Amino acid sequence: MATTMSVSVTVNGAEYTADVEPRMLLVHFLRDELGLTGTHIGCDTTHCGACTILLNGTPIKSCTMFAVQADAQALTTVEGLMSNGELNPIQEAFKEEHGLQCGYCTPGMMLTGVALLESSPEPSEAEIRMAISGNLCRCTGYQNIVHAIQSAARAMAGNDTSVDGGAGGGNGASEGGGE
Amino acid sequence: MSTSQELGGLGCSVKRKEDARFIRGQGRYVDDVKLPNMVYMELVRSPFAHARIGSIDNSGALEIPGVLAVITGEDLAEANLSWMPTMSHDQQMVLATGKVLFQGQEIAAVVGETRFAAADGAAAVRIDYEELPVLVDPHKALDASAPIIREDREEKTNHIFHWESGDRESTDRIFEEADVTIEQDMICQRCHPAPIECCACVADWDATNEKMTIWMTSQAPHVHRTVFALVAGLPEHKIRIISPDVGGGFGNKVPVYPGYVCSAVASLTLGRPVKWTEDRTGNLSSTGFARDYHMRAELAATKEGKIRGLRVKTLADHGAFNAAAQPSKFPAGLYNICTGSYDLENAFVEVDGVYTNKAPGGIAYRCSFRVTEASYLIERAVDLLADEIGMDAVELRRKNFIQPDQFPYETSLGWSYDSGDYEAALDKALEMVGYDDLLREQEEQRARGEIMGIGISSFTEIVGAGPGKTFDILGLEMFDSCEVRIHPTGKVLARIGVQTQGQGHETTFAQILAEELGIPVDDITVEHGDTDTAPYGLGTYASRSTPVAGAATAIAARKIREKARKIAAHVMEVAEEDVEWKEYEFRVKGAPDRSISMGDIAFAAYTNTPEGVEAGLEAVNYYDPPNLTFPFGTYICVVDIDRGTGEWKVRRFVAVDDCGTVINPMIVEGQIHGGLTEGFAISAMQLIDFDENGSMIGSNFMEYLIPTAVETPTWETDRTVTPSPHHPIGAKGVGESACVGSPAAFVNAVVDALSPYGVRHIDMPITSDKVWKVLRDAGVTE
Repeated sequence: MATTMSVSVTVNGAEYTADVEPRMLLVHFLRDELGLTGTHIGCDTTHCGACTILLNGTPIKSCTMFAVQADAQALTTVEGLMSNGELNPIQEAFKEEHGLQCGYCTPGMMLTGVALLESSPEPSEAEIRMAISGNLCRCTGYQNIVHAIQSAARAMAGNDTSVDGGAGGGNGASEGGGE
Repeated sequence: MSTSQELGGLGCSVKRKEDARFIRGQGRYVDDVKLPNMVYMELVRSPFAHARIGSIDNSGALEIPGVLAVITGEDLAEANLSWMPTMSHDQQMVLATGKVLFQGQEIAAVVGETRFAAADGAAAVRIDYEELPVLVDPHKALDASAPIIREDREEKTNHIFHWESGDRESTDRIFEEADVTIEQDMICQRCHPAPIECCACVADWDATNEKMTIWMTSQAPHVHRTVFALVAGLPEHKIRIISPDVGGGFGNKVPVYPGYVCSAVASLTLGRPVKWTEDRTGNLSSTGFARDYHMRAELAATKEGKIRGLRVKTLADHGAFNAAAQPSKFPAGLYNICTGSYDLENAFVEVDGVYTNKAPGGIAYRCSFRVTEASYLIERAVDLLADEIGMDAVELRRKNFIQPDQFPYETSLGWSYDSGDYEAALDKALEMVGYDDLLREQEEQRARGEIMGIGISSFTEIVGAGPGKTFDILGLEMFDSCEVRIHPTGKVLARIGVQTQGQGHETTFAQILAEELGIPVDDITVEHGDTDTAPYGLGTYASRSTPVAGAATAIAARKIREKARKIAAHVMEVAEEDVEWKEYEFRVKGAPDRSISMGDIAFAAYTNTPEGVEAGLEAVNYYDPPNLTFPFGTYICVVDIDRGTGEWKVRRFVAVDDCGTVINPMIVEGQIHGGLTEGFAISAMQLIDFDENGSMIGSNFMEYLIPTAVETPTWETDRTVTPSPHHPIGAKGVGESACVGSPAAFVNAVVDALSPYGVRHIDMPITSDKVWKVLRDAGVTE
């Protein structure tokens, strides 16, 4: 068999170590090795964004990174959005605003949205549309996704929440306070 | 006593039940299925569009560690599986033998212990090809010099079928007599639905129980089970198709594809579960394309603008195999809905299908079988006529609409429209958009040299096939089904024969039951997609779920109510005829204080049954619709065009839809948003093209453009409600209306904007460079 390399990552706050082929994509590592199947695959060219996760708080496309490149980093997947048994405001908002239909692009969309709201707690519609322009959706026409992110922004403004990369990675402290 | 609002019945924007799992990343799509001992399969595809296959050398592949098997067409031929039937009286190669007919065609399947082993093995299969002349242009398919694509057919021609509808002679006569005629060639270009989830399956042969379970991205699991039984010879009760969560379908997941068949064969051969997951290039280059209709539209009219006749001639490019997924008696689908919303004396439509060296199809992409082509054609043609006689496009439509008192309306091409009020939808849209002000504004803008256009589409759809005697898929009548069980404590489990790919069936169908049974929507679970448990159905496509399975659901609930009435009478100790169903409960007539809820009746159905009544409370219905349904609407698009670059931007888009009774307004609006976005995509960017060698341009998302949130316009929606008179709850279906009706609105708007420069038509997709060339030729830009 091919040579393997060791990779240690923190995913949603938990540590994982595994020996993988160097060519294994991060998305396959998450899905096949860790069983975190909420991260999806929709293209092979970094266009669709179904595989979007947060790497130290920044959205990245996990189909365009090798698992071994994530060594010693902190990742957040959709499975890490809930905290203390509570849904993240963006999860609530996607449901409330009918921001999803088939659900396939949804994890990537929500993670992109979370990262946007971390850096820009009160984004304009144009800002939201630009932020999610690397995440394709064929069902919703984006309009209700925009509404969902706006709604989540309002909820976060009233209820301080943040998602970090786990284990101290990323923007640990929320700056999403607002009024 | 409850209200519809409390129950979550018809007309309530109930939040979707399925979302609980999706927002947590707990959806279960096919590629999420991981079974013990599972292995992986990869397909070897042809780099050539037309080539004879010399030798296939597997030896290198089999030497790679972890490669378990290489399956070729020759291997399949031994099991009589190298060809499979399509849904359109044709057959398709599962793995190529003899020659390949399109780029991306499946030639071999390699199975490995890991994804890597399978992929390495596929890359190591060596195939000798002898390239053959390639046929790309469908207009040359019937030339004497054209290569014959299909050697397996007795007929040595690339002609597949000729189909016609209507009266040629009387239509020709109308054209001879007419004051005014217009004629325009237009193309509904080849495109692909491209759901974000590609196709996939996991085939699991259980040798002990001799049972094949296939997890599969399927819009029609029961049909696929029967196809597997007939083609592979497996007993149908030993086949279980599970279509779990599906990441978008749009028609792409209706056909059976070679990858599914090869996975099943591999699992049978190896005795292990086999997973096949398509990549995006495989999806775009080999699974069902859509459209590729090359149409000539002609209208005949009086000089006052009364449309008298429509004549249509069409060349349909079906690629290498006629794999159109449509009812078997309709080679051009429901294309003869192309008289649209208009009352005209006569029409004649003909279509010729041809083979070319391209991927097989065409499937109904968010469309009830060629209805998008038809709707685009008539709504474009009407605009051309308006331009020809110098009449406002709105007035011309108004003058020719079928009137409300004409329903049921028999079209000259043989359809019986159920209901409609086209002017009401048009008027609402005009008011929303402020049409008169826009016309004034356009005049002012034009005086200033600005380029702005207004496009209208007043479409009529035809959805919800059956009836079963007229409509069938491979002989299977197009009914659909629902099975309802009420448990002793009044909670409900319902199973339906259709399969959601994001439409929200688990919520919508629960709402129909809530309304019919008086049981809160939260107490109702709807399941689908597993052929071992769901009743037989033909699946979800062609906007048929609500019109057909939705009707079955209402009827099954009403059957339950009939039995429940007997139990109610027994429990309340009155005669059955003294019991009435009112405000979601059974009451004693004339004694409104004496009532019993469905929940209490359910308990009695298991604990206190009347003499001569079976225990339990359940029903099943297989619904064969008496007719199709005919949703309609008016869309108005306003565009601004950049004089320098030719870029066109949608300033406003107003959509007024009428899908009859609305079950869940939130979901209906979501369907409209999605459909409009795909209509926009088709109008503006989606194109599968080929170079002269038959190499595909558009085999990944770098070349095949999908709109992002940045390009996608903001949609303004509203509705009118004209119930279907023959549907139990008056619903018509809505999933495709916007994708069907909107392309004409976008194109009409761009053409209207450019009409001062002599433009009469531009073919889709209207990319900026096409517009820029028009502006350059007109001297507007350099």
